[in-house]
Amino acid sequence: MLKITNLSVSVDKKKIINNLSLEVPTGKKVAIMGPNGSGKSTLSNVIAGKGGYEINEGEILYNNNDILKLEPEERAASGIYLAFQYPVEIPGIANSSFLRTAINSIRKYNGKKELDTRAFLEECKEICEKLNIDKSFLSRDLNFGFSGGEKKKNEIFHMLMIKPTLCILDEIDSGLDIDALKVISEGITHYSNKDNSMLIITHYQRLLDYVKPDQVHIFNEGKIIESGNYELVKILEAKGYKEFV
Amino acid sequence: MTSKETIKLVEKANDYKYGFTTNIEQEFAPKGLNEDIIRFISRKKKEPKWLLDWRLKSFEDWKRKADNHPTWANLKYENIDFQDIHYFAAPKSENDKPKSLDEVDPELLRAYNKLGIPLKEQEFLAGISNSHKVAVDAVFDSVSVATTFKSELSKKGIIFCSFSEAVSDHPEIVRKYLGTVVPSGDNYFSNLNSAVFSDGSFVYIPPNVTCPMELSTYFRINAANTGQFERTLIIADKNSYVSYLEGCTAPMRDENQLHAAVVELVALEGAEIKYSTVQNWYPGDKNGKGGIYNFVTKRGICLGANSKISWTQVETGSSVTWKYPSVILKGDNSKGEFYSVALSNNYQQADTGTKMMHIGKNTSSRVVSKGISAGKGQQTYRGLINILPSAYNSKNFTQCDSLLIGNNCGAHTVPYINVKNRQSDVAHEATTSKISDDQLYYCRQRGISEEDATALIVNGFCREVLKNLPMEFAVEAKNLLELSLEGAVG
Repeated sequence: MLKITNLSVSVDKKKIINNLSLEVPTGKKVAIMGPNGSGKSTLSNVIAGKGGYEINEGEILYNNNDILKLEPEERAASGIYLAFQYPVEIPGIANSSFLRTAINSIRKYNGKKELDTRAFLEECKEICEKLNIDKSFLSRDLNFGFSGGEKKKNEIFHMLMIKPTLCILDEIDSGLDIDALKVISEGITHYSNKDNSMLIITHYQRLLDYVKPDQVHIFNEGKIIESGNYELVKILEAKGYKEFV
Repeated sequence: MTSKETIKLVEKANDYKYGFTTNIEQEFAPKGLNEDIIRFISRKKKEPKWLLDWRLKSFEDWKRKADNHPTWANLKYENIDFQDIHYFAAPKSENDKPKSLDEVDPELLRAYNKLGIPLKEQEFLAGISNSHKVAVDAVFDSVSVATTFKSELSKKGIIFCSFSEAVSDHPEIVRKYLGTVVPSGDNYFSNLNSAVFSDGSFVYIPPNVTCPMELSTYFRINAANTGQFERTLIIADKNSYVSYLEGCTAPMRDENQLHAAVVELVALEGAEIKYSTVQNWYPGDKNGKGGIYNFVTKRGICLGANSKISWTQVETGSSVTWKYPSVILKGDNSKGEFYSVALSNNYQQADTGTKMMHIGKNTSSRVVSKGISAGKGQQTYRGLINILPSAYNSKNFTQCDSLLIGNNCGAHTVPYINVKNRQSDVAHEATTSKISDDQLYYCRQRGISEEDATALIVNGFCREVLKNLPMEFAVEAKNLLELSLEGAVG
């Protein structure tokens, strides 16, 4: 489980996260909602280990290990996965070879031997089918020339292949049409089980209607200002953030 | 005469007005460049008079240019003192060579290990004493393989030998083509090379023969010590095909700072020559000290109709690279290609590109250049597409991409395009990009280390060129790029 205690983070002396405490228990789906600029993406990046943030105070424990000391790739190897709001493009590298390199790096870190290539490709095809993705996805360059929706689908595809234990979904629903949203939500719901946990960051109710969260937190100015269950989502959608801020 | 006296005499010979055309059996010429030295080289190689005359004429030309060292390239380096170089030296005495790998620079060994080079070959590459014979055996597994290989080639009438051997055994072919593609007076360094060239490779493929294997300098038994002024001539007769590999991915130890090679390719009607290079000479240390100056003139001519010449190069070594493998498209419907990856890390500088001279009708050329700069490296693409009035209906496509790693390197693109008829098509595309922190972060979040991520991105950037290399060379080149980029990030 993920346990954040009294975390304060700033960028260029400006405080973005302000004495935040948050738990994402194993087997649970936790949603964070909040207006633009409330520090939601910063939170996901600080957990994943992006550079450029100053940790002023507090700690982040994942399965009782202090992860703030770890490099991003070490955090990935310990089971943390971030589905990016804006996935990057890398020309010249096939999506499937990138994914295989990633999975094998993680396996190597954990002392496991490399994946069998044929088994890997079989699984790729299986998951593509599940997500209603054309097989050509595998041989196309990583995110290169992908539409916004395709990029988001690819993030979920990677997630299902890498099989992380903590999934941070940063606005996975932005830029998706209704059909794509449904497919992605099904992928997430299907993957979620008692052994992994989800931290779902979003502006909107739509995604949460499909992926029923166990806990909901409203985020503003780098801290939680309201917590509740799925009912809170409905109140928020009806009244807007103003009511809480 | 004792050997000490001999050496003294030779040392004095530099000032000796009437030359040292004596019968003294010395194995090296003193430092310096003059007519006597050239006569000495030619005599040592037992060359015919026409070749000596050719050398001397080149030298006369060079002397006129000597003070006009070319300065148009985007390169900064200290003046070369041409009188401070040995132009003919026998291989180093076995006593001066390292005795075992324990005496070799550990950095070099680390590179060998990372490239997966077998121990015996490592010894050869590092110049361990008496390793030559062993290495040849190691490369071929056994002498019998070498023999099989030679006999298979000769059965087909293919000539593959050192340049010196070709001069003595096939003078008529050498004389017919030498200097026809790169005239000795073509440029400063071709003049120098034509005067003092040491040795190199010679290939002749007879009509209608497809060479059954990739020819490689690495597999030519006397490839060692071809020296700094290499001369290569490849002739593909009508409807023949040959693929030639030059260099190897392992960093070669070399005492000579200046390299000025000339390579000439001739493709007759319907013939195809594919020439691949991996150049990994010593690039100097992290602070830009040392390193090879590499001034190369490479040019091919598609002499006959429907012929093709394709250059592929991976340039990761040398502190200074000055190199423009070019194609003269003389035959109608002939094709020229240039695929290049050049990498400059630390203080390396590369000014490289190509010239495509379209003369015949319906000629086409394709240029794909990928330049990578890291550290304080400087990288220039310089290219000329020249479509003459006679080259009706000709085509060129040029793609020229630069990738920057870090904030202290530079990429420059200098394309020249001349089109002298209205029936031709020329397209030039260019991009400059940077490995972004976001790309690295994305890869690392997926579990890939920063170094592996950089290599992955660079390999993706070069894919179009690397896929033109022969299979096993391509894998080695990939590892080499990775190795050359070490320390470029972070």
